[in-house]
Amino acid sequence: MSLLRRIAPQLVALLILFALVSVVFPGFLSVSLNDGRLVGPVIDVLKRGAPVALLSIGMTLVIATRGIDLSVGTTMAICGAAAAAVIAAGWGLPAALAVALAAGAAAGLWNGVLVAIVGIQPFVATLILMTMGRGIAQLITEGCILTFSDAGLAFFGSGTLLGLPVPAWLWIVGGLGVAALMRRTALGLLIEAIGINRRASALAGVNATVLVIAVYVAAGLCAALAGIVVTADIRGADANNAGLWLELDAILAVVIGGNSLLGGRFSVIASILGAMIIQTIDTGVLLAGFPPEYNLVIKAVLVLMILVLQSPRIAAEWRLWRDSQRASRAAAERRQAS
Amino acid sequence: MLLTVRTLTKAFPGTLALDGVDFDLAAGEVHALLGENGAGKSTLIKCLTGAYLRDGGAMALDGQPIDPRSTVEAQDLGIGTVYQEVNLLPNLTVAQNLMFGREPRRWGLIHTAALRTEARALLTQYGLDIDVDRDLGSYSVAIQQIIAIARAAALSGKVLILDEPTASLDAREVEMVFDVVRGLRERGLGIAFVTHFLDQVYALSDRITVLRNGRKVVTERTADLGRMALIEHMLGRALESEVVGQSAEGAGATTQPMLHFSGTGRAGAIEPFDLDVGRGEVVGLAGLLGSGRTESAELMFGVRPAQTGAARDADGPLDLSSPRAAIAAGFGFAPEDRKTDGIVADLSIRENIILGLQARQGWAKPIPRSEQNRIADDYIRRLDIRTSGREKPIGDLSGGNQQKVVLARWLAMNPRFLILDEPTRGIDVGAHAEILRLIHDLTDAGLSVLIISSEIDELVAVADRVIVVRDRRHVAELSGERVTADQIMRAIAATDADGAAA
Amino acid sequence: MNTRALPLYATIAIFLIAYLLCWLQFPNILSTRVIGNLLTDNAYLGIVAVGMTLVILSGGIDLSVGSVIAFSGVFIAVLLRDTGLHPMIVFVLLLLLTTAFGAAMGFLIHRLMMPAFIVTLAGMFLARGAAYMLTIDSVPINDPFYQTLQSAYWLMPGKGRLTLIGVLMLLTVMAGMVIAHRTRFGTSVYAMGGGEATARLMGVRQGRTIVLVYAFSGLMAGLSGIVFSLYTGSGYPLATVGTELTAIAAVVIGGTLLTGGAGYMFGTLIGVLTMGLLQTYIVFDGTLSSWWTKIVIGILLLAFILLQKGLLRLTRGRLQGAAS
Repeated sequence: MSLLRRIAPQLVALLILFALVSVVFPGFLSVSLNDGRLVGPVIDVLKRGAPVALLSIGMTLVIATRGIDLSVGTTMAICGAAAAAVIAAGWGLPAALAVALAAGAAAGLWNGVLVAIVGIQPFVATLILMTMGRGIAQLITEGCILTFSDAGLAFFGSGTLLGLPVPAWLWIVGGLGVAALMRRTALGLLIEAIGINRRASALAGVNATVLVIAVYVAAGLCAALAGIVVTADIRGADANNAGLWLELDAILAVVIGGNSLLGGRFSVIASILGAMIIQTIDTGVLLAGFPPEYNLVIKAVLVLMILVLQSPRIAAEWRLWRDSQRASRAAAERRQAS
Repeated sequence: MLLTVRTLTKAFPGTLALDGVDFDLAAGEVHALLGENGAGKSTLIKCLTGAYLRDGGAMALDGQPIDPRSTVEAQDLGIGTVYQEVNLLPNLTVAQNLMFGREPRRWGLIHTAALRTEARALLTQYGLDIDVDRDLGSYSVAIQQIIAIARAAALSGKVLILDEPTASLDAREVEMVFDVVRGLRERGLGIAFVTHFLDQVYALSDRITVLRNGRKVVTERTADLGRMALIEHMLGRALESEVVGQSAEGAGATTQPMLHFSGTGRAGAIEPFDLDVGRGEVVGLAGLLGSGRTESAELMFGVRPAQTGAARDADGPLDLSSPRAAIAAGFGFAPEDRKTDGIVADLSIRENIILGLQARQGWAKPIPRSEQNRIADDYIRRLDIRTSGREKPIGDLSGGNQQKVVLARWLAMNPRFLILDEPTRGIDVGAHAEILRLIHDLTDAGLSVLIISSEIDELVAVADRVIVVRDRRHVAELSGERVTADQIMRAIAATDADGAAA
Repeated sequence: MNTRALPLYATIAIFLIAYLLCWLQFPNILSTRVIGNLLTDNAYLGIVAVGMTLVILSGGIDLSVGSVIAFSGVFIAVLLRDTGLHPMIVFVLLLLLTTAFGAAMGFLIHRLMMPAFIVTLAGMFLARGAAYMLTIDSVPINDPFYQTLQSAYWLMPGKGRLTLIGVLMLLTVMAGMVIAHRTRFGTSVYAMGGGEATARLMGVRQGRTIVLVYAFSGLMAGLSGIVFSLYTGSGYPLATVGTELTAIAAVVIGGTLLTGGAGYMFGTLIGVLTMGLLQTYIVFDGTLSSWWTKIVIGILLLAFILLQKGLLRLTRGRLQGAAS
């Protein structure tokens, strides 16, 4: 079970968090069936964590190619605004979903072309859309919060399917689907190869340009789904605040998921667990009676800890220490044997 | 002696890069340091400039023992270095680069006017009258190299190490740089000069030291060391021993033609060349490093698209505009620099082997895991890759085994034409022989191979035909009986006048 | 002429042309009153952009500055409310704190060898979180000394007010120009942005330079926080969200290469003023919506990044042409 071993740190962290939150808020793990839907703080975590979990799926792929996508938060706002505008114009739900997803794909294509073909660094390239995107979203909503009452679209935010909230279903199915797609096809291998050594991969015939564009498009599509969820949840498109700073949470989720910012080996499932860890902290801080303001400091400390653990220098020193330990142990064994 | 180095030793995991090397540098001489890749030149230089700490031996400057621990420290001692890649900052002005770290100041701030005057005065010594307020990057590489030399000489003042400073210059520019170097020699500096261009060695140097496999082979006055003898020292074999290639048994004559390259070339890389490759034939590409042999391979595989010429086979023209196109045409390419261009370090042996195959099949048609395992195990066995298992990251293997994995990647794709750039570099003797035997087996099965190597014996052993590359041109073609070490070396050593006659 | 300076000239030309077009439509825009307001309204942005310019020149990025500005405002407001300290003492304490904060981030970037953007991202969370922990409300500042500072201005001819904070911004830019262009530290910063390995070979003390660069950015963010609290007369932990992006945009529109090593402090001032002009125009017009600012800024950003990419290729191509 290599998958289990890969996600074990995240699972353990999540379980410890569950235990911690349960200590300060004993009812945390209680789930009841109410009116055909599961209710409880944990279910709430699954639902509220949906936007970041969805974003982290695409972000994992982008980071695996040694990239970064800062624009997914604003892309959420654009797609949410687009969906709400289409619904408000009376074109119906399918059109709204199609337009939102198309907008997300277009945003990803834009980023991907800037990165893979124009050759701009990912950080810089996606910064452009990050700056401009909210303006575009406001252009669509004309500056106000575009509300709607379409039950079909609202279903994606607050509906329930087989007991679970629809947003939870979206990231669970999306995450497992993408993870399966990566491992059942050769996509995962090819993306990792590009992230580790793009030049050697290209010489071996891997079509790096197309794949890099594709991962940004995937990130855009994930952002579109997240945007639909957020918009549907509040039954309105808020161009100013939808997805604000969520790109940072998504990057954080990927990093907590044990994926290196320097690209290469990745696990979508671990990233999703990372997103759930972030949401559990958010919810836990709230349930524990702390003001929600403590969230940020906790997150910051968390990021710093992970950075220290992941840092190349620390890793090198640790390896040195381990090797010296091993060597001395081997020497001791030899001495014993003789 | 200005600088003396005695029994310098430096080891890296797995290799002894320098093994008791002696080196002397007198004031007022240009001392050429020669050797093929891996001979230990750059390690020696890095020990001198403090980039590496030596493991053993002694170094002395003006009779005083020295032990530099950084390039800055070496500079303060009096040892300056100029590298092949201009190690100045293109985004600063010429004056800023020249005076970096010792800018004249007034009231704690940089005195711009004085900075300009001092920089201009410094360059005038080298006969350079340029606008020192322009960005360094806006000048040609030759001018940049002279500025780098001026900076290094001004900072150190005793020893100047020139590490292939002329690699990307044309003849006129080389002469310009040489005039500057000769001027410094007259001023009494000791200059160590590393290059791959033998003409430049004879044009500039007073003495020559040759390194091979981490040992000093010879130190000799340039006037006393003939071109032929020099190449013998560098390549490590004497001409008398006539080893006739095993493959030159007439097999070359019977091959049917398969690929034709005509007029393939690219400005600044290699002049247009024609080349035919027969089915099952091994073509060797001989030449010193920097002669244009790797560039020839890169053009054929589309790494750098050719600007002129065309390639075709029996069925018509071939598209070789990119590696993917070349792969589609049935080509394979194991590049010279395994680490940066060959292996994908964090992936396992299995994944590295099937990477090319998978890329060709497309992402949607994954090779089943059992099939991957079978292919990987098959090649691990056939190429005798020493590993504890196929799931080991390739980065953990030794160089020879990494090379075998890269070969396996291409063999798994069943190409018709395989380009191998220095396939045996940095590989131990056993693996070396195995790889050569493998090439024989492959060509028996109909595969054509182009092999680039610095080791003449290796080319003689495997190649049916050898093309000699010199000064970015294909200058000679030897086949059949003429594929001998002697003939190859003569062609490499020939100056342009004899080259035409050969 | 240096190709490196081309983006600066482009920036100045764009600003002048834009100003001319605005003036043709609204002659009032060329009054000392508007110019005075342009400086006052963008004072905090200009100051923080000076720090950002140095960071970007060194090849790094500092995402924490917006949060640090908000933290500064809250820190000042809470300290003035709860202690009897004189504002000047509070200012000194604050600047020490933010400078140390920047230096600590620089130290981590150097020691951990991690991308600057992720370390300063953690700094962004931390500073904003610290602001929240001080208060979650907007805290008004009622110090008499504060009111003196706020109402300090010089009446220019034409009734325009050159305020204290506007002057402070101009002085900061000048100080930034001196540091970037006339000190050895400034040259080291350019060297780092030009290529870390080469800079090391040339004798740049890398760790010291990185720590100083981020410390300077922290200092500027603290100063900007003081100016912002003077401007708004309060401290609010939710203020200046996203200011880091605006500052980065101003730096890039000012002609500085986002990958480091090329650019001018003066260009950053023009970049800030260009963005301020956009906003002023939208106010004058009255019918245009504020989101056009963001879209136009995004387009300018793209244009400058492409311009610099093109210039880079041009120089390289020309050199290769000369070599062959």
